[in-house]
This record gives sequence, C-alpha cells and structure tokens, in this order.
Amino acid sequence: MSADIFVLIEHLKGQVSDLSYMMLAAGRVLALASGGRLQGLLLGHEAQGLSADLAADNVMYIDHAALADFTPEAYCRTLASVIERESPRAVLMGETSIGADVAGALSAQLNLPLVSLCRSLSGEAGKLHYQSQICGGKIFAEGSLPDSTTLITMVPGVYKPEDGKSSSKPEITPVEAPDLISLRVSLKGYIAPEAGDVDITREPILVAVGRGIQQEMNLEIPEELAEALGGVMCASRPVVDQGWLPTSRLVGKSGKHVKPKLYFAVGISGAPEHMEGAADSDLIIAVNTDAAAPIFEYANFGVQVDALDLMPVLTEKIKAAKGG
Amino acid sequence: MNIVVLVKLVPDLVEELEIDAGGKSLDMTFMRQIINEHDEHALEQALLLKERKGAEVTVIGLGTEGMDDILFTAAAKGADHQIRLTGVGDGPVNNHALARAYASVLGGLNPNLILTGVQANNDLDGALGPILAGLMQWPYVGYISGVSVGDGRCTVRKEFTGGLIGEMEVELPAVLGIQAAESPPRYVAVSKVRQAMKTMSLDELPAPALDTQGGVDVERMILPEGGEHAEMIEGDIEAIADRLVTLLREHGAL
Repeated sequence: MSADIFVLIEHLKGQVSDLSYMMLAAGRVLALASGGRLQGLLLGHEAQGLSADLAADNVMYIDHAALADFTPEAYCRTLASVIERESPRAVLMGETSIGADVAGALSAQLNLPLVSLCRSLSGEAGKLHYQSQICGGKIFAEGSLPDSTTLITMVPGVYKPEDGKSSSKPEITPVEAPDLISLRVSLKGYIAPEAGDVDITREPILVAVGRGIQQEMNLEIPEELAEALGGVMCASRPVVDQGWLPTSRLVGKSGKHVKPKLYFAVGISGAPEHMEGAADSDLIIAVNTDAAAPIFEYANFGVQVDALDLMPVLTEKIKAAKGG
Repeated sequence: MNIVVLVKLVPDLVEELEIDAGGKSLDMTFMRQIINEHDEHALEQALLLKERKGAEVTVIGLGTEGMDDILFTAAAKGADHQIRLTGVGDGPVNNHALARAYASVLGGLNPNLILTGVQANNDLDGALGPILAGLMQWPYVGYISGVSVGDGRCTVRKEFTGGLIGEMEVELPAVLGIQAAESPPRYVAVSKVRQAMKTMSLDELPAPALDTQGGVDVERMILPEGGEHAEMIEGDIEAIADRLVTLLREHGAL
C-alpha cells in the first residue's frame, strides 16, 4: 500500500462539484499526515480541462467514451482497476449521487473498508482519524481509519471549496481505462429541472418548511408569513415527497442550493442533506421544538417553540411593522 | 417479475438520542425505532410497479423487535410475501454484514429487481444497496425517484444535485436505491394492518452464520453541542415575535 490519498473528482455536465474541491482540502490534511501525495482521479471523455484548478499534486486522467457521463457501472469498473493497481492509503468520494453509488460496490468487490458520512479527517504521525455525522447530524462518530486502503464518502460542511483550488495547473498522468464493454447501465439523457413558478435560487427571502409543519393544510401559515416578509416558500425533502410543494421548491442535496439574505426555517431539523443547499444563506433563523435539532448548529438565531404557534403572531407583527 | 424490497429500522430522529455508557454506540434502551423512510418509498415504488405491470412483491427485514408491524403494514398495503430474516441476533448489524447475509439467501427468491432505500440515517459503512449489488455482481443505481420496467431492463430517473435528473437504462436483474417513490407512500388504516396480522403470516428465512466484519470501528460517539452556534431567543411567543421583528429590521429583511 502506498501513502497516497486519492480524491474522486466528481463532475456533471462539464462542471466540477464544489464538494470535489472540499475533498481535495480534506485529502491534503490526510496526505500531510500519511506522507503521501494527493492525487485527483478524473474520469471523463475529452474532459482533461476540468483538472486546471485542482489543488492536487497529480491528477490521474482516465479518458474513455463510456466515461463521458457518470454511470455507476463504468465508474466502478474504472475505479476498481486503478485502486487495485495503485493501492492508495485512502480514496475520498462524495456522499452524493455519484460517490455513494460506487463506494459501496467498490468496498464489496475489492473487500476494502468504507467509512461513510465523513465530515472531517485528521491525522498525526501516520495515524489517521475520521469524524462522521450520523442520525441526521445529531450524532458524531469518531475513530481511526483501518490500516488497509480505506474508502471514504464525504459530506460538505467543514472544508471550504477555495482551499481545494489552485492557480497553477496540477501535473497530469494519463491512465488507460479498463475494458468498458458489455455495460449494463447506460445514460439515455438528462432531464432539466422543472422550471416551477418561482426560482427560489433568486429570491432574497425564503421561508423554508419541513416535517414539523405536520400537514398540508398548515402550509397556509408559512405562506402568509412569506407573503408578509415579501418572500416565498421553499421546503425540505419530506414536504416535497408528500407532494405538498413542487420539486422546484426543494432545497438540499438533490434540490436547489440557495443563498438568500434571509432563510427562515420552520420545522426543519437541519439534516446534512438539507443544509448542503441552505448553509450559505446570509442569515438563518430557525424555529424548532427540538433543542437538539442540528439546524441550530447552522442558524444565527434559534427559537425553541412550535412554529405553528409563533408564525401567526409574527406575521401580524411584521405586517404592522411594515404598515407603520 | 419478482421484486424484493429490503426494509430496516432506524432511530426515530424526532426523539432524543443518547449514547450508551461505553461511549461508542447509541443507547438502544429507550430508543424508538421506525422504518427507514427511504425503504418506505422503495416499498411504494414496488407496489406502483406491481399495479402497473403485475409483479410479486416480497418484503424482507431483519427479524428484530418492531419489524413484524412493518411487515404486516406492507402486507396491508399490498405486498404479496413478508419475510423475517432470522439468525442475525438482536444487536446492531453493520451494512456489510447485512449485505452478506442477504446476498447468500436472496438468490433463492429469484428476484428480478431488488429495491431498497438509498440510505438510512445510521449508515456508517455505506448504504446497504450498493454493497449488496457489489457482492451479487449486479448493477446498482441509487438516488432514484422513478422506475419503469420493460423487457429485461428498467428505466430509472436518477437525481443529481441541483434538481438535474439523469434517465438511465439498467439491465435486470439489478439493485436500485430509492430516494423517493413516484407518489407519496400510501396510507393504510390501522384496522387493515390488524386484519393482516390476523389473516396473514410471516415467513422466516434463516441467515447463515453472521460474519460481522467490514463495519467501521467507532472509538467514540458524541452529541454535537446543541445551540452552540445559534443565539437562542427566549421568552413567550409575543416577546419572541417582537425580538424577531427587531432582528429582521436590523438585518435589512424588513
């Protein structure tokens, strides 16, 4: 096993994800402790240009027509061949629709340990440690990385994308792709997100509703608050999955990433998947009955009451304040 | 068409979670466990496929406390077979061990499609679906919010970040990780679940000797400090609302 740290550079439609840069920042911490090199793994087709600002010591670039777009099987076969041959100390992938689709299968096929939901990494004198967040961010689990090559899937939150970017181009090593024939998974095409009536990424004031709203008929209450504030409603996953609000209003990992002036979150616990889309808001005010809700870790101001009690009173006071 | 749905219990995050005296795992003593919500969506997706094209739907879960209710609820919703996986013990089981147990018994059920939740809130060694697919050498696609089945293959809607959807074609047999079913999980009246308990039975499938390797070694679990970052606003509803109006004005939101 080498001491090198590999980072899977995740990209979609010609754009490297922010999380990939965050993983380079995390990978640097490990590489300094392990004494190895930080290497990016870039899989694609005519996509070498995506490596230009990666803060890695080297980027292994694997070009193949079957890698033009992400499909789990082609990625899995390619990564398996590279990991088996190079035997790195650790491989960082995203806890995403890309990384999490391949990490488990790689772990099973190569018989390598997998640490998922990792938020931060540390190490000294060759000993490496992880901290993962489980139970929707309510619990942190910590430990040492196993001694063998370890696969890690990472969530955003601790590292900054700018720390994984570099103004100088990294060294590139072209690597031959394995046989990518008889693939059982293929991409037929992309479907752009539905436009929706409003674009929540452009709204300066958002009232975000979560599971705590309890039932569809209660949506009138945050709707009135949003109206009084001059903003619009958005939602976390459970509300959209119930069909109470359209997908165009979804904030989070598989929804929109928003950066409003005000993010007023009611009945949202603040699970990592949601906060991924909302954590960059200028001002977060959270209302939740659960004192241990992770949203209070992200919010500037918190209120521990039932949002259904607070909102009507607040709406009237805002109307009065605006009227006067 | 045989569809197998794998379901599991996870801590109910609405309740307060506690760490046990050893400091390395969750205290299960008073913990309320509920069905993993993504597994509930996987079941719904299987029932939708059954209604559309016809299929036998088999639901399997670890035979621990609380699972019987989930399996009978699945029966009341329209699943055809309910199976408890036994012989795995009562303690927490990592997903690698669980996937190995499933991989050794699922072949006997001749599934064309295995559906499970894309993730569970207590996964620390990866999600169950991709590990199982890796062991069975079947294709896997996760983050799915729509499935249609054709001749020897299925077409899935896979969610990427930012609301982008990738439409993928997957040869069967395959394992799919469901993020959300095409429609919300159906409601079933308690009386129907009770009726299922009276009229239907649960099958048992013994797992081979459990190999617990592959989990993640946890040295310490901690609770993130509650309210560490947010400044909490106290008082009665009136006072809180007044303070919020002031804050909103100070921050230029009014």
